[in-house]
Amino acid sequence: MDSFRDKLVPVTSILAGVVVLWYVFAVILNTPFQRDLDRRAGETPALSEFIGKTLSQPKPTLPAPHQVAVNFFENTFLRSVTSNRSLVYNAWVTLSSTLLGFAFGTALGIIIAVGIVHVATLDRSLMPWIIASQTIPILAVAPMIIVVLAAIGITGLIPKAMISTYLSFFPVTVGMVKGLRSPEIMHLDLMHTYNASASQTFWKLRVPASVPFLFTSMKVAVAASLVGAIVGELPTGAVAGIGAKLLAGAYYSQSIDIWSALVAGSVVAALLVMVVGIAGRIVDRAMGGRPA
Amino acid sequence: MTGTSPAVVSASKLGLTFQTNDGPVQALSNVDLTIGKREFVSFIGPSGCGKTTLLRVIADLEKPTSGTISVNGMTPEQAREKRAYGYVFQAAALFPWRTIERNVGLPLEIMGLSKAEQAQRIKRTLDLVNLSGFEKKYPWQLSGGMQQRASIARALAFDADLLLMDEPFGALDEIVRDHLNEQLLELWGSTNKTICFVTHSIPEAVYLSTRIVVMSPRPGRVSDVIESTLPKERPLDIRETPEFLAIAARVRDGLRAGHSYDD
Repeated sequence: MDSFRDKLVPVTSILAGVVVLWYVFAVILNTPFQRDLDRRAGETPALSEFIGKTLSQPKPTLPAPHQVAVNFFENTFLRSVTSNRSLVYNAWVTLSSTLLGFAFGTALGIIIAVGIVHVATLDRSLMPWIIASQTIPILAVAPMIIVVLAAIGITGLIPKAMISTYLSFFPVTVGMVKGLRSPEIMHLDLMHTYNASASQTFWKLRVPASVPFLFTSMKVAVAASLVGAIVGELPTGAVAGIGAKLLAGAYYSQSIDIWSALVAGSVVAALLVMVVGIAGRIVDRAMGGRPA
Repeated sequence: MTGTSPAVVSASKLGLTFQTNDGPVQALSNVDLTIGKREFVSFIGPSGCGKTTLLRVIADLEKPTSGTISVNGMTPEQAREKRAYGYVFQAAALFPWRTIERNVGLPLEIMGLSKAEQAQRIKRTLDLVNLSGFEKKYPWQLSGGMQQRASIARALAFDADLLLMDEPFGALDEIVRDHLNEQLLELWGSTNKTICFVTHSIPEAVYLSTRIVVMSPRPGRVSDVIESTLPKERPLDIRETPEFLAIAARVRDGLRAGHSYDD
């Protein structure tokens, strides 16, 4: 709790600074269009009135924070969650494929890591491909995955989840390879003096030693999964989801909608990372971790 | 030396050369050694003299490159597979995610003993090292000396007759070390074990051992073997007696002889 209090002041100050900057840029960026409007209408408003107008355009270049906040509040709390304009509904659509992809990705990542740690051939043959896989721009791959899977009759949740899997297995693999190799030589020697089998060494030493690494990499993986799910919604013309909201907002120049979808995405990401972090702390405590 | 009882450890012309990037390094050369049942043998020498390497060869953690060695009449590998020895490392090497009792129970789990047998042995060995009451604690909740005692309990738990200890008290302060030395002697007196003990402390070696093997470096070899004439009962103040000091002086001479080329 102390760490929370220690962070509260610096984090709030930065937030306040960002909001102030945001307002300044909102005025600056929305000024040309507002000036245009006023000229056509033959108006010459006072400065304060002019600034007020730049911050209340229906389709601003950069919406003001309060416009985004109002839009976010309306679309989150005032709409029925079954409405396709509700941010809760859209966030849920994205979240479900995020979670499915994250589960696949974590499982796949662990399996690959176990293989790499135990089979020397895999260590040499697989690792370069795994690293190469992450250098391919996901925006280019995503439409192909979706089109190819649609051609064999798989649509909906699975293709989006696969893009999440593609992005999330990598941090888990890298983290778990490191984690499974983290036991000290002395601990391995100890197991050797007990004549422990490879599977005993694996379950009693390597796996517990890798748990902190697993949770650290899962935090990265879950955020990557969300990005994957949103990217997966962009090329499909998906009807729902945060990605679909972003795309629709871009089509119709609904800049406020875009920003509030963005906020919704960030909130979901923060919640996901937090849940993984809390799970990690619970597991750490159960494994005798020293309270920080 | 030990009469008719078969040797626990018997080495002859033992040598070990590590291949490193800077060329071969001879860690052990021509080591002849016999350790009988119930002996307490200390290996002493400056760092790099191969005392830890010798212990690791006995434990089958390193393979010798020449000569022969047997442990309980078998190769070290067979002896390890039969779990003939308990090994205590320089650090406690407890698993941080296991409580003290589960750390002590680790070798028992690996051996596949029944839960009841495990519990009984854990209790007995924790009593033996005076750690009763700390069963449910995690390693970080214990002091360094207590952690090392827990690791000794772990090495005792599976009842091997041979205990290999690699500078087990090297990282502890002198007061704790004295205390643990006393306890170790008591334990050795009450359990019938053969102990091989690596140290770089002369008083520790003289206080504990029935025999002191002095080693010298480059290449690691045995330069002197000293039989202790001290009685079995050894209170801490035995270290002030002339007899004790005479043995310590001989050990020191042995160490100095091994270093003579340094001048």
